[in-house]
Amino acid sequence: MGFYSVLEKWNNFDFENYFSHVTDKDVIESIEKDNLDEFDFLNLLAPIAKNHLEKMAIKANLVKQQYFGNVISLYIPIYVSNFCTNNCAYCGFSKKNHIIRKHQTIEQIEEEAKEIAKTGIDHILLLTGEAKEIDTMDYLKEAVKVLKKYFDSVSIEVMPLEEEEYRELKEIGLDGLTVYQETYNEEIYDQVHISGKKKDYHFRLNTPERGAKAGLRTVGMGPLFGLSEIKKEAFLAGLHLKYLTDKYLNTAFSISLPRINPAEGGFQPSFPLDDVTFVQFLTAFRLFQVKADINISTREVAEFRDHLMHIGVTKLSAGSKTDVGGYTKKDESTCQFEISDTRSAEETIQAIENYGYQPIYKDWQQIL
Amino acid sequence: MDKLILKGHEFENRLLTGTGKFADKNLIAPMLKASKSNIITMALRRVNFSNPKENILNYIPKEVTLLPNTSGARNAEEAIKIARIAREAGCGDFIKIEIINDMKYLMPDNEETVKATKVLAEEGFIVLPYIVPDLITAKKLEEAGAAAIMPLGSPIGSNKGLLTKPLIEMINDNKKLPVIVDAGIGAPSQAAEAMEMGIDAVLVNTAISTAEDPVKMGEAFAMAVKAGRMAYLAKLAKTSKFANASSPLTDFLFRGDK
Ligand code: SF4
Repeated sequence: MGFYSVLEKWNNFDFENYFSHVTDKDVIESIEKDNLDEFDFLNLLAPIAKNHLEKMAIKANLVKQQYFGNVISLYIPIYVSNFCTNNCAYCGFSKKNHIIRKHQTIEQIEEEAKEIAKTGIDHILLLTGEAKEIDTMDYLKEAVKVLKKYFDSVSIEVMPLEEEEYRELKEIGLDGLTVYQETYNEEIYDQVHISGKKKDYHFRLNTPERGAKAGLRTVGMGPLFGLSEIKKEAFLAGLHLKYLTDKYLNTAFSISLPRINPAEGGFQPSFPLDDVTFVQFLTAFRLFQVKADINISTREVAEFRDHLMHIGVTKLSAGSKTDVGGYTKKDESTCQFEISDTRSAEETIQAIENYGYQPIYKDWQQIL
Repeated sequence: MDKLILKGHEFENRLLTGTGKFADKNLIAPMLKASKSNIITMALRRVNFSNPKENILNYIPKEVTLLPNTSGARNAEEAIKIARIAREAGCGDFIKIEIINDMKYLMPDNEETVKATKVLAEEGFIVLPYIVPDLITAKKLEEAGAAAIMPLGSPIGSNKGLLTKPLIEMINDNKKLPVIVDAGIGAPSQAAEAMEMGIDAVLVNTAISTAEDPVKMGEAFAMAVKAGRMAYLAKLAKTSKFANASSPLTDFLFRGDK
């Protein structure tokens, strides 16, 4: 049953009760430990841990330096299609929204790729909505192939695929997969995924595992904060990360902490994640899973992203455009969500250097 | 000081360094100067040959020997391919085999490492294999044509020093090749400890590159390595549970002056 069986074990756990009993001493002890277990992680997610935020940040930074060094890895997302057959309450690409839809041809993707390659960044993330009739496997394969001409590492964030399909893509050079669970709360999951294939909670939940089984080198995951109670979401996401890390030694897992941004359709999150709690969660993830990459997208504003570099973040997207064809700007389409950090790739790289880190443009050598 | 010899290549210095974790690549050259390290490792997966602006090779002085590593490789086949790419790209004949398919602890795969070493040594590479310290593997690597054995002191990035000391000692006591401790050394004192044991060299990356002042730390390591080597060559006084008198206590029995 995969990770679901782990989730079931925590079903009856009284999170609020546990959190309300965590003491300052518990938090400090958990911060100081080398190997944190699930309860240490809970302690760090507890509201009282905010009293020790600075300590958490210092330790998170130390651990990051130790395992990753003074570096920040970079990647660039490329949206090739915004057609979607699903209706998700929080997303601008939802089929109910009357937005400008666009699906790039392979030639257009190549043109965009050429433009992006000028930044020198060698890691690209290909994104689509969920419309398998349009973004077919053949299309994805051609897209990966053409991107491989320009980038050493190509990852995808498209509709969840079958293990065999990931394997087929891996064979032509796919390096990684990103898939967010959005929410671990099954009931809310059902409510916000109003219609379409994405309604299938289990199929989504097992996607990172299918990717790992298919032998993908990197798998990115995370919750989408805002849909459900945030502490519990953070905890279950951390548990998911641990489950995968323990089971698939071959794959490097990364975690991201996206928060809901204004999108087409005006969705308002019921459980907002404020900056202080965001930082608390981020450092808790870093201390709980020391070797996982932590990735922050341009959903966050520039100044905030810059500060996060010092407290455990290892990966940043740069110069992102979330509209299809955004890099060559030949014609208009609607973007998935509003970007908050609107700096160009060069400006982001400059900021990384100014803050005393080395931007990593390339961290993978294709050796097919 | 006596020289470190790797397959006929002589090196004055017994401190090997790394490029991977520096905040600023411009610090690499001054660090090398201060530490006098003349072998530096770099991950081939980070080298961007097509982008001159971002090519790490531009930051490494020409007189320093490059030790490209195969980090990212999951098996022998991948490591071999990376080594060949490195040589074709003009990075020289040295190669550090680093085969890791355990992303949780980052432990090297000894078995695949032996395989890769054999193939690459036959192709004329000067092969430095990174392993979990294991005597049997070390012996297989000697057979396979390695230029040195690189056991880990403790897990990568852990800065915990020589946690595997008894295992490294076994390799060191039975060696035919230089032994270089790689990974885990977090402080100059730990490097000195390894050198006092008679280890031939140490590779230090994290502890230097993430120090607040990497240049000064490079120098500190150089001194520690040198001190440790000198102490080893000078033959450390033996430690014993029994206090050793400075002149023998039972000598009078045999002096014939009774
Ligand atoms: S979240 Fe994904 S599946 Fe849902 S509407 Fe947006 S693009 Fe479509």
